[in-house]
Amino acid sequence: MTSRTPSRAAASLAAALLVVTLGCAGPRSHPDAPSAREPTHTAASGRPFPALHREDIRWLERVGFGLDSATVASYGEVGRTRFLRGQLDAREAALPPAIAAQIAGLDVSHLDPQQTLAQVNAQYKAINAMPNGPDKEQARKTLNDGGNKLAYQAIRRELLRAVYSPSQLQEQMVWFWLNHFSVHQNKANLRWLVGDYAEHAIRPHVFGHFRDLLLATLEHPAMLQYLDNNQNAVGHLNENYAREVMELHTLGVDAGYTQADVQQLARVLTGVGINVGGPPKLKAEWQPLYRRAGAFEFNPARHDFGAKRLLGHDIKDSGFAEVEEAVTLIVEQPACARFISRELAIYFVADNPPPQLVERMAQTFMHTDGDIAAVLDTLFLAREFNAALGSKFKDPMRFVVSAVRFAYDGRAITNTRPLFNWLNGLGELPFGRQTPDGYPLTESSWASSGQMSRRFEIARAIGSGSAGLFDAEDGGGAAMSGFPQLSNRLYFEAVEPFLLTKTRDALDRANSPQEWNTFLLSSPDFNFE
Amino acid sequence: MNRRHLLRVGSAALAGAAVGGRLFAAPVSGPRLLIVFLRGGYDSTNLLIPYSSSFYYESRPTIAIAKPDPASNTGALALDGDWALAPAVRDTLGTLFQQRQAAFIPFVGTDDLSRSHFETQDSIELGQPMTGTRNYRSGFLGRLSDTLIGATADAPPISFTDALPLAFEGAGTVPNLSLKGIGKPPFDGRQARILSDMYTGHPLAAAVNNGLELRQEVAQDMAQEMQAANRDAINIKGFELEAERMGRLMRDKYRLGFIDVGGWDTHVGEGAAQGTLATNLSGLARGLQTFAQSLGSEWNNAVVVVLSEFGRTFRENGNRGTDHGHGTVYWVLGGAINGGAVLGAQQQVNRATLFQDRDFPVLNDYRAVLGGLFRRLWGLSPAQSGRIFEQVAPIDLKLV
Repeated sequence: MTSRTPSRAAASLAAALLVVTLGCAGPRSHPDAPSAREPTHTAASGRPFPALHREDIRWLERVGFGLDSATVASYGEVGRTRFLRGQLDAREAALPPAIAAQIAGLDVSHLDPQQTLAQVNAQYKAINAMPNGPDKEQARKTLNDGGNKLAYQAIRRELLRAVYSPSQLQEQMVWFWLNHFSVHQNKANLRWLVGDYAEHAIRPHVFGHFRDLLLATLEHPAMLQYLDNNQNAVGHLNENYAREVMELHTLGVDAGYTQADVQQLARVLTGVGINVGGPPKLKAEWQPLYRRAGAFEFNPARHDFGAKRLLGHDIKDSGFAEVEEAVTLIVEQPACARFISRELAIYFVADNPPPQLVERMAQTFMHTDGDIAAVLDTLFLAREFNAALGSKFKDPMRFVVSAVRFAYDGRAITNTRPLFNWLNGLGELPFGRQTPDGYPLTESSWASSGQMSRRFEIARAIGSGSAGLFDAEDGGGAAMSGFPQLSNRLYFEAVEPFLLTKTRDALDRANSPQEWNTFLLSSPDFNFE
Repeated sequence: MNRRHLLRVGSAALAGAAVGGRLFAAPVSGPRLLIVFLRGGYDSTNLLIPYSSSFYYESRPTIAIAKPDPASNTGALALDGDWALAPAVRDTLGTLFQQRQAAFIPFVGTDDLSRSHFETQDSIELGQPMTGTRNYRSGFLGRLSDTLIGATADAPPISFTDALPLAFEGAGTVPNLSLKGIGKPPFDGRQARILSDMYTGHPLAAAVNNGLELRQEVAQDMAQEMQAANRDAINIKGFELEAERMGRLMRDKYRLGFIDVGGWDTHVGEGAAQGTLATNLSGLARGLQTFAQSLGSEWNNAVVVVLSEFGRTFRENGNRGTDHGHGTVYWVLGGAINGGAVLGAQQQVNRATLFQDRDFPVLNDYRAVLGGLFRRLWGLSPAQSGRIFEQVAPIDLKLV
């Protein structure tokens, strides 16, 4: 047995850390034909990694944002089914103390959205009343800077959890649903709201019942502002949200609903809006129909009462109960089960997921009243999922997060700005999608020539130095310099045995460990999972 | 061997990338086409104002733009007895129109009735008949590019976007690069070769090669731009800066370009003579003017088509905005086009002629309009243009 030398610089480290079998297997169906290989042997020091096959590693890569040592060890201890059930149990996972402390220290973690909105609205009003001039400009800038800071903190919190949370599947699902129910931070007051939206509309429901998730987004001021339903009132119909709910959030554009259905749903949704002040004065008959939860309000005075007919069903004239009835009706459509199942399968399985798998997921969805965890259970234990492993191109979020997870393996970064900048450069920043369709989930959207060259530059930034990840967030001096050691134990146990021949050749041609890192992170092996 | 060929073959070109400087001499003058896609469905009714229609003023009590005043140098600019141009673009598009370098085509669009942004954008980019199943691997610019490869008028394509648009699907690996933020060249030649070798035989091989090569070239171009220390170039930013760079790349190398611009989905508070829509239109028009200037004399060979997925509701909604509609207005710009006219089939603008009592109707199929333009621009045969836009008779507006 011998270990293959990744580079002159890394050779001694490699020899000291481990003994591996040299089974040369390709991760994709590829001319470099894979051969069956023996499980890896345990490492010479530290807690031994269990013997894992290529399929286990690939499965594990896909269920989370790539590998780190803790995930590999945990999987090896409990096996696939128990690991999956543990991941689907959405209890709050323990973050590394340094990361938990960073998150606890963020303003966005202590905000009340209603109060914040009230303050922001009041400040805008005061600024608009100021005479034109430098003072007004300065006041506006101060207010905007505050909003930008909160939006950045919301992104920072999600990125830190994506990199460090042991509940990796939960973090992927938070990303998936945030993208499915996409909102854009630059619209209206959303910069002050996106943190709360992620934390309270999305995160608690990622493994729950789809209907609850949909209703939570429907009632959140971020969504109400983003798709204009806060402006939708009797006599002032605005069909923007009604259309997107059916097209993008539940049924899909080809589900057979009509323009009339869009208008009817828009009528159902009239009066669903935002209020950060006191309750409105209402006629006595309307008072029992008034609803309020935080900044969310259903105001019967703005509601279009009267008969409505949606998707072939009559909706009873009943105020907000109409909305609940319409949501139930929509979610119970087989088209909804299929649309959501297919979106999940595109994200986790393949750009063109096997129809029989999507159908089984949809059946689970329908039999369990839209239980998302049950649908995911069907997905991750399916043989079609195994068959597709290794061939899904990582989108920028998966690429950037998995690279940092792999490079620093649990070590806490202090500055999230570099991740933010990389995702910005690749065009997939959380809360950054202008249109409500969310970012595309397929390879063709992220693997164009311009994307590939930019991705390689980011691979170099991560591989060649600390990239500012250990600086202070405020731009203060570097707490660490140097570059990450990617030729580490995790690499030799979980990556090296399965590398493509061409990737090995490239790594052998590296002139420095930094270059070696860059090539590894740029390789097909690392960019597909 | 031409550049087009190199882009397709890819791997051979990479060796040159490290050497620096231009890899390819600028081809001879030839037609250039830039497609500008306004994503979100811009409110064309407040760009090209049907000012002779009293129904327009009834339908938009708060967002209508006042009738042109012939005695004034500001406000809407009358183009003819029926149409006027928004004040926000008076000094840009208005000037081009008066120089016959701009034309507008109202009542244009698709027969896609979904009123969905995404559905209709896809329809347009694919450019296929609405009947039958969609082939998502074949966009209209992809087919145009393929058609031109065989012809003498070779037309290297480029997309000025972060991701490759659907419109270019099927044309092999088309280079794409957003020109928003470009730094110095990232890799030396040896490193680029190693990266490229890793993907030999891989489905992404061409994308990897093109990406490394184009990145290198543009970085060198930008370095020259900085050295030239053009004072104007320092002052412009945003879309204008992008447009200036696009113009230079299309002057020197590329013949088919695509860029998209967002921010047009004005459901709420879109404004009238001033406001959100006016600001967006004015920035876009200034950018296109910059594009024209940076093409230099090649502006006379260039055609810019500005299009959008649909128009918006003719009436304003309850929030001083407009909702998703149907027919829209396309713009055609170019140094030597037969502009200065509002073209295509038209009809009176009143309540009776609205489509479904809410939108501008579509009287000019966008595929027929673009097909007719492409035929004249490159002298395509009916068989060639029929391959780009199947099952539609091209409309010849004699723009070029």
